[in-house]
Amino acid sequence: MSLDTAKFSDLDALYSTDAKVATQMYEDPGLFAEEMEKIFKKTWVWVAHESEFPDKGSFRLSHVGLEPVIVVRDRKGAIHVMVNRCRHRAATVCEVKKGKTSSFQCPYHGWGYGLDGSLRALPYPEQYGDDFDKAQHGLLKLRTEAYNGMVFATFNEDAEPLVDFLGPEVCRYIDLFMKQGGGFPVKVLGEHQFAVPMNWKVQLENTTDAYHFPIVHKSFMQTLDAQTTDLFDFLDKGKGWVEDLGNGHSIMMMMPEREDLDDHLDDPIEDRFEELAAEIRAEGYDEAQVRKIVRAVGGAGFNLNLFPNVSFSLSFLRVLTPKSVEQTEIRHIALGMEGGPQAANQARIRLHEHFQGPMGFGSPDDAEVWERVQRGTKGGEELPILVNRGLVDEVPGVMGPRGHISAETGMRAAYEMWKRMMSND
Amino acid sequence: MTEMSKIETPALLHEVTEFLWTEADILDGKRYDEWLDLWTEDGLYIMPMGDGEDYANQVNLCYDNAKMRRDRVGRFQAGFSISSAPPALTVRTISRIVIDRIEGDEIHVRAAEHVIEDKFGRQRQWAGNAFYTLRRGERGFKLHRKIVKLLNSDGMLNSFSYLF
Ligand code: FES
Ligand SMILES: [Fe+2]
Repeated sequence: MSLDTAKFSDLDALYSTDAKVATQMYEDPGLFAEEMEKIFKKTWVWVAHESEFPDKGSFRLSHVGLEPVIVVRDRKGAIHVMVNRCRHRAATVCEVKKGKTSSFQCPYHGWGYGLDGSLRALPYPEQYGDDFDKAQHGLLKLRTEAYNGMVFATFNEDAEPLVDFLGPEVCRYIDLFMKQGGGFPVKVLGEHQFAVPMNWKVQLENTTDAYHFPIVHKSFMQTLDAQTTDLFDFLDKGKGWVEDLGNGHSIMMMMPEREDLDDHLDDPIEDRFEELAAEIRAEGYDEAQVRKIVRAVGGAGFNLNLFPNVSFSLSFLRVLTPKSVEQTEIRHIALGMEGGPQAANQARIRLHEHFQGPMGFGSPDDAEVWERVQRGTKGGEELPILVNRGLVDEVPGVMGPRGHISAETGMRAAYEMWKRMMSND
Repeated sequence: MTEMSKIETPALLHEVTEFLWTEADILDGKRYDEWLDLWTEDGLYIMPMGDGEDYANQVNLCYDNAKMRRDRVGRFQAGFSISSAPPALTVRTISRIVIDRIEGDEIHVRAAEHVIEDKFGRQRQWAGNAFYTLRRGERGFKLHRKIVKLLNSDGMLNSFSYLF
């Protein structure tokens, strides 16, 4: 395999104009290397939620593509994202996943860095001579911007501002999604992490794929009460849609009645949340607040997929980290209410455990089919992967095409962006 | 907390070991209905993540009351869950069994658990510390609490189509 084969110059052969994906897209290590350069090092990559490092001096480790980074809040509250690599001989300066510190001290020869990544001190500096400039030897920093608690970073100094990359519709949906704080700030309650032997794009395709839901998640559906089953029956009801939101982003609106959690607050409380409502009432919240909180516990009614690595799904965040052409790590991040009633957060956590994670009733089945895609890819290399479902009756949406709830419109949005980025030099 | 004589301890340890091995055999055999019968109605089966012990308020791998245990088993058995049809095969070892303490009719036990899974022609292995609260009933012990702390529980895992 070499970089000068036709396949990299002929992007149309990899993702054709009639929405067919070539098998190499999941398999070619050279292509993967190029994606890491042209996509993950060029665009805004999600690194953390602000509640994961709420205080001055708190930090968490994350990744931008293959690169390990530290996301940290300095003493003034400013957020920095920097590569976790000592400027002396490259040791990682932090191996604690999450915590609080006043500085980062390299364990090898003791170079010390401030919370903003600047090199503060090094032992016995004399041998570097008088012209050694500490200012030139800080940790490598990335551009960092946040929108509504979501922190993104990029190596690309020329990237457009984050809000422009997201675009107005994505920003609007992020704001709607965050209403699941029920009037409180949204905070991360914990996360599941699991690795799947698949190409990252297999996962990228999944979060706005409603077509698989009734099949893959049948066993999850069977554990729901009648009312909730009805809620999740979005494919049959067909009131929802999938829409290309520009720049590779897409939305799958499953339950339009839950698009804005501030609407329909007078509807009767769902049976499954009656006990919870009683508990919250007992804690002294007034009826309007009880209804708002209970409605928020159920999560938003849609999945929002952001190119290239984060999605918002009903009530949690799904983050993908590519590891190699056939290995991807997934984080499923549970969200709750900062300062809200404990009973509400407990309910959110139990709902999260029910579907997500290695022992959930949903994630293992997702992981199984993702892995099977990668295994199936080994055969029939000449066969294309189809993402053309729903092309027949797409209509124009706000930013891009809008399709049937089970259409592959979101995947096409992502692959169009993939192609655009891969064609840049 | 009851003091046990030197004579009682080996007999109790033997009884407890037999029970834990029976449970292990049931789980490897995927005889889940028998497994459900091992539980007290208000029993909790928890697989936490990390070091936290406030299980009700933290995200766990699972936090199963009787309904969730039944639903979980139903999911394994119905044949619709693609990750459990076919499921991974498992062989587990329960060892280093220690009786921590006895409180009334409750016996607090801990043990090492080692599970090898086989699926898709590959094998993976998992190790954990298991903590049990056993209650003595008319027909032998019942599981009242079972808490399995996997090594690396808050790190990168894969999905599990079986129980620990
Ligand atoms: S590698 Fe960090 S101080 Fe030497
Ligand atoms: Fe799914």
